[in-house]
Amino acid sequence: MVLRYSMRNILLVILAAFILSACAAKTTTKKIETQITGDTFTGSETVKYLATGVPDRVFFATNKSVLTTASRDTLRKQAAWLRENKSINVTVEGHADERGTREYNLALGERRANATKDYLMTYGISGDRIAVISYGKERPVNSGSSPLAWSQNRRSVTIKAN
Amino acid sequence: MKNILFLIFLFIVFFAKSSFALIEIDITRGNLTPLPVAVSPLHVESKSSEVLKEIKVGSEISIIIETNLLRSGLFNPLEKDSFVQKPDIAHLKPRFEDWKLIKAQALVTGKVNITNDKLKVEFRLWDVLAAKEMIALAFTTVPTNWRRVAHIISDKVYKRLTGEEGYFDTRIIYVSEEGPKNQRIKKLAIMDQDGANTKYLTLGNELVLTPRFNPTNQMVTYMSFFRNLPRVYLLDIETGVQEVVGDFPGMTFAPRFSPDGKKIIMSFAKGGNSDIFTMNLETREVEKITDHPAIDTSPSYSPDGKYICFNSDRSGYQQIYVMRSDGSDVKRITFGQGIYGTPVWSPRGDLIAFTKMYQGSFYIGVMRIDGSGERLLTENYYQEAPSWSPNGRVLIFYRETKSGSQGEGFSATLWSIDLTGYNERLIETLTDASDPSWSSLLN
Repeated sequence: MVLRYSMRNILLVILAAFILSACAAKTTTKKIETQITGDTFTGSETVKYLATGVPDRVFFATNKSVLTTASRDTLRKQAAWLRENKSINVTVEGHADERGTREYNLALGERRANATKDYLMTYGISGDRIAVISYGKERPVNSGSSPLAWSQNRRSVTIKAN
Repeated sequence: MKNILFLIFLFIVFFAKSSFALIEIDITRGNLTPLPVAVSPLHVESKSSEVLKEIKVGSEISIIIETNLLRSGLFNPLEKDSFVQKPDIAHLKPRFEDWKLIKAQALVTGKVNITNDKLKVEFRLWDVLAAKEMIALAFTTVPTNWRRVAHIISDKVYKRLTGEEGYFDTRIIYVSEEGPKNQRIKKLAIMDQDGANTKYLTLGNELVLTPRFNPTNQMVTYMSFFRNLPRVYLLDIETGVQEVVGDFPGMTFAPRFSPDGKKIIMSFAKGGNSDIFTMNLETREVEKITDHPAIDTSPSYSPDGKYICFNSDRSGYQQIYVMRSDGSDVKRITFGQGIYGTPVWSPRGDLIAFTKMYQGSFYIGVMRIDGSGERLLTENYYQEAPSWSPNGRVLIFYRETKSGSQGEGFSATLWSIDLTGYNERLIETLTDASDPSWSSLLN
């Protein structure tokens, strides 16, 4: 009897440990999965803030410069903040991931930065206040070679220029 | 004499042919049967200065020739230990039986001396089987030029035995890379084709990319982020003078010279659109070549200057297009699976080299100028930006490795590969390296 009980306890402990470890693994994968939607980074890692509640960057899908719903939301916050802080000018940096040819990536980064600039302008920010520069694949924010790293690197970042 | 040369020619053609036949069975690199050649150390004459003897210049020159011939993949330089004849006697009159015995088919001999501060190098190329002299030449130059003499001799030997121009007396300009992946320090660097004589042309204070030689190898056009204004620049290698050539309100990038060296062709990006422009370096006249809302970049002229190949995503993805040099008659030439970038017209005019991206791999390949006959030469995790050797036989390009989450394991290196897809080789550089561009022949 005693032996049987202890056997059962051991089994329970093993089972519990197994379930726990399975849970842990599941949450980590889930965490990464939720950071990329389709091909676009949607997490908050690497994001900095221009002011409280005003994220500095938006992310793009591979080879694309289309602004997602989340990106447009971020840029409306930037535009609102820029309307309130009229003395501040910005530079929009456009970036690409490392999985393309260098020259094309320079052009792609420029296209992304301008997509951002255009959107800010439609929300009333003068184009004179927004400079644009493309770094192509030259300045990754995440140095890794993984889909997550690439998604974090396909970005445009709005930085204060003065 | 003629008959024998013809035989040698046949020999080379025969082996070249047999290598094509092997392609499908055996994909190991450089399995072409190379021509066995003996390069005797050059005899240093006793009246030469002690300095010359100290650096063993005669033996050094022979080693440079051997290395060049070996790296071409077409020759098999034989071990010097097996040489029976002394260099000075071999240079006068080789005992062909001795060289035949070690299976040499060609023999290079020579002698060196310094008189009145001038280096004189004499060399001869011998056909061992026919027991005949094939070339006898002498060069006089300043002593510090001894490496170049070795490259010129290599070119003469290569040309005599293959019938094609050589590419050894050439230089490579590239971007030297150091530091972490997210904050790379990049400098323009120039070196001899064999990796010797590296010199840095910029200090690394600003990001520099994609340097390319002009046809006379005195000027370089490249892109620089000097003062955070990404622009195309022109650099005089001898004087070190740099100037902006693409100072338009936007970004200028992807520069190359026209074949006559009078123009620079480049991309100009503004408002989210990149088009191709040329600038005449004498008149500073600017001409718009493409006008399309898509990205148009990586332009490269045909050697006769009549056509331009370029990269555009006007179909939705990066593809290669060809047009007349005035921008008319634009034709898409790539229709294969995957996407294509960095087209570069071969100096012979008949092929275009490119980078292809397909299913997560990067390929360097060549195709005819109408896009037919695509051949992929090499597959890798990341490689791009091929540049042709001046004889159109070899491509140089760069590779990057996959890195860990903190950028560890990242490297950028230069590689070369034969047009046949054989003879893939690492080009050693002092630092990491990218964006190589091959000069034309210096001599």
